[in-house]
Amino acid sequence: MASLLSSRVSPSSSLCNLSFSHSLGDKTLPKCHTRRLHFRPVKSTTIRAKIREIFMPALSSTMTEGKIVSWVKSEGDLLSKGESVVVVESDKADMDVETFYDGILAAIVVKEGESAPVGAPIGLLAETEDEIAEAKAKAASSSSSVSSPVPPSPPPSPSPSSSPTPPISRVSSGKIVATPYAKKLANQQKVDLNKVIGTGPYGRITPSDIEAAAGIAKPSNLGAPSAIPTVASSPSPPPPQQSSPPPPTVKGGAGSSGSSVQGGGSTVVPFTTMQGAVSRNMVESLPVPVFRVGYSVTTDALDALYKKVKSKGVTMTALLAKATAMALAEHPVVNASCKDGKSFTYNASINIAVAVAIDGGLITPVLQDADKADLYLLSQRWRELVDKARAKQLQPHEYNSGTFTVSNLGMFGVDRFDAILPPGQGAIMAVGASKPTVVTGGDGFFSVKSKMQVNVTADHRIIYGADLSAFLQTFAKIIENPESLTL
Amino acid sequence: MQAAISTSIPPSFTAFRSDNSAARCHFAAGLRFCGLHRHVLLSLGEAIETRQLRKRISASLSESGASKNGFDYDLVIIGAGVGGHGAALHAVEKGLKTAIIEGDVVGGTCVNRGCVPSKALLAVSGRMRDLQSEHHLKALGLHVPAAGYDRQGVADHANNLASKIRSNLTNSMKAMGVDILTGVGTILDTQKVKYGKVGFPDTVITAKGIIIATGSVPFVPNGIEVDGKTVFTSDHALKLEWVPDWIAIVGSGYIGLEFSDVYTALGSEVTFIEALDQIMPGFDPEIGKLAQRVLINPRKIDFHTGVFAKKITPAKDGKPVSIELIDAKTKEPKDTLEVDAALIATGRAPFTKGLGLENINVVTERGFVPVDERMRVIDADGKLVPHVYCIGDANGKMMLAHTASAQGISVVEQVSGRDHVVNHMSIPAACFTHPEISMVGYTEPQAKEKADKEGFKISVAKTSFKANTKALAENEGEGLAKLIYRPDTGEILGVHILGLHAADLIHEASNAIALGTRIQDIKFAVHAHPTLSEVLDELFKAAKVEIHASKTVAEPVAV
Repeated sequence: MASLLSSRVSPSSSLCNLSFSHSLGDKTLPKCHTRRLHFRPVKSTTIRAKIREIFMPALSSTMTEGKIVSWVKSEGDLLSKGESVVVVESDKADMDVETFYDGILAAIVVKEGESAPVGAPIGLLAETEDEIAEAKAKAASSSSSVSSPVPPSPPPSPSPSSSPTPPISRVSSGKIVATPYAKKLANQQKVDLNKVIGTGPYGRITPSDIEAAAGIAKPSNLGAPSAIPTVASSPSPPPPQQSSPPPPTVKGGAGSSGSSVQGGGSTVVPFTTMQGAVSRNMVESLPVPVFRVGYSVTTDALDALYKKVKSKGVTMTALLAKATAMALAEHPVVNASCKDGKSFTYNASINIAVAVAIDGGLITPVLQDADKADLYLLSQRWRELVDKARAKQLQPHEYNSGTFTVSNLGMFGVDRFDAILPPGQGAIMAVGASKPTVVTGGDGFFSVKSKMQVNVTADHRIIYGADLSAFLQTFAKIIENPESLTL
Repeated sequence: MQAAISTSIPPSFTAFRSDNSAARCHFAAGLRFCGLHRHVLLSLGEAIETRQLRKRISASLSESGASKNGFDYDLVIIGAGVGGHGAALHAVEKGLKTAIIEGDVVGGTCVNRGCVPSKALLAVSGRMRDLQSEHHLKALGLHVPAAGYDRQGVADHANNLASKIRSNLTNSMKAMGVDILTGVGTILDTQKVKYGKVGFPDTVITAKGIIIATGSVPFVPNGIEVDGKTVFTSDHALKLEWVPDWIAIVGSGYIGLEFSDVYTALGSEVTFIEALDQIMPGFDPEIGKLAQRVLINPRKIDFHTGVFAKKITPAKDGKPVSIELIDAKTKEPKDTLEVDAALIATGRAPFTKGLGLENINVVTERGFVPVDERMRVIDADGKLVPHVYCIGDANGKMMLAHTASAQGISVVEQVSGRDHVVNHMSIPAACFTHPEISMVGYTEPQAKEKADKEGFKISVAKTSFKANTKALAENEGEGLAKLIYRPDTGEILGVHILGLHAADLIHEASNAIALGTRIQDIKFAVHAHPTLSEVLDELFKAAKVEIHASKTVAEPVAV
């Protein structure tokens, strides 16, 4: 294949092509490479000649960038000279790219499905195992120079032991049985099969076991053990993005701490793709004339109900989503949206989007038809969605089909806040914490009731004050008499 | 279909048919046959004029009773699979009085338990894949809510297709005047065959020539217990009685690969068990590599290579199917798999028992009937057995339905006095996965070996489906076509295609090989734009044939 490569490229580019992988230490850089920014002067002189970069090869004279179709090898795999390492798609064909050196694939810099310009490093090759860590550090620090769209992130270290589920000791045979797809997923998600409990037939590990494990394996920095939705603890209210949300496979900024550029004492961090999407969505919502209506809801009955059904796996998110959906069913205008400024769209279904913070970003998994599904099903679906969100495996329809958004910061003790309207939706509800409050009853006696403040932001082009107030009244009634939620 | 027929009949003829005479019924039947069974007739290599057909049918009817030369038949074919059927139709065409003996069902493996029902399942698989590929649909701007399937409905489709094709074959033979004799055929002598159902007296018939076309059955290695439920062969799998969550497929050839395509589309996970060092060993290495990337890696499939399934025990007593793997070379135990089902796709074994080969002093080789290049049977002393031929899977030359048919036609040509030899290198093969794989002629290593031995050079040209407009319009740019040729003469040695409709595309190449067309000529043939056929157009144009190579085609004529 290599010979084929070189025979196909024009003389000018064959130089880079022939040595797409070469040492960092020795300075035998092909001239054509130095023209490209990818190859910055070796700033860390500590890196010896033992770590080599694998470059995006030029597969044709017209090729300027290439897409990684697939990595034939994974991180940590031993490579020997002449083996195919990666498959690159050029403007015309897919080509296997071989390594010219023996070594270990230490780090993949440009992931499958991503593109990089010709000559940009796409992976790092270490000569020995000792250099892997060094190579990974190098991958992290050099990433900012890569013009690939997404900053690479060091692979998350598998730490499933920190999962709430205690690792079980394997029964007698000691044999791990995992289905083919479960193995593939485990490899992708860096899940150690030894630490996964199989729930499939005959105790085998199924893909969903891995998904669950992958969700847990990356302990979120939310601190919320249950699937209660939490919103990033950023100072500004973080409303969810909606119309052009980031691909869920995108790594958040948390993973690429090294991508900061020093300058005059302050730190400039470029947006991750997800942050970029959030930013776009927030700005997009600016021309919409919004107004806000707040309401205090007594939650004693809800809290009592929650205590009862919690053991059955029902989450607060599901309760709130269900209550919201039921109220929306009575006030369809609040579930409507205005896309062109000239007409309403009464949405056919009530899809409750719930904002969730995931490392370095924000995503809004959607509980579809929340008014129709029962509480238990909703809770179960929510758990699956959160697992998927953490594993970055949400499908687009699972995060952009919302018709109304709920954002809950109650678990952080926030008593009230205000949310920004996501594009394409008519309203968003900000839910604060429920707090014991002294209230005066109609009979003049004081009593202590738990009160929760909700604040709805709505598009005033279609939703008016009276609509919103009526909706909130219904919502409060449902929360205060929550029996209907379990029906 | 009926509508198509009536539109093809000129008005005058429609009136004519309404007279209801017996002869006209035949005519009508023949016409219907033309419409319905075009695929069957294709093997004859020429379209049959309805007029001729009519004449022939009446001729064979009047002749019924005796052959011209004292034999009961000119030709008796044992086995009514695709090979026997092809031979029978061609024999009638050549004016031979023909009988076909079938002990099971007309259509044989291909129609009843092979190519035909599997294509029905693969058609479902292809559509499921389209509907499940959200990414793909989105790229086309389509939105389809979750796709699902009804297992019984899928199974019925396969079964209905098989019955339909079976009755088509039966009707086509009846319509042309082939005698279909039911029972197990046994050769008594080089020109004598007996046949009969078990428990009934046998009938003995004489024939000027005999063709053995008994085909093959799935091969099950020792140690594998087939229960038909959790451990089964393609025979059972095609009935699609259930869709296991996890199925091991033993053997990664065509059959295994096609079933992996079906099962993964229906939601199963698949584990391949392959004795050789790499999966899909039969393919050109480059195609195999791409196939692995396209058909294996992105799917819910894993594989074990270099291992034998030494013992497979069906699921029972609450235990799953257990598969003991041993190293193919060292025979050391390697692993034990526990899966929900195992499909044995380790190839096919010839079905030649009870044929009475001992009566004509023929000894089979691993069950295969030895034949020469003209399909003439060779006896234990290495001599040709007069009047007896063997075609198809039973001779093992190339176990493909269309090869059997081609061999049958070749034998009929010889029997009717025209020498003919099948060029097996021009016979294409296809694997109907999504995307499909097809090939004809030599693989690159085979071609290299031949080139080294015979002292010539080979070159390889390749084109990608990514560069094809139609493929891109379909959003199916994944694929490769590869041409192996002699740069000095322009001879095509092999063509391998992986990509959308590869099975249909290969025939331009196989026909070129069969007719001896050289690249320097075929590269000027025009292809409609935009079509997938331009993949081959590009391929031929990408080949670099030395200038001095001669042209095979006569001087062009401007029209």
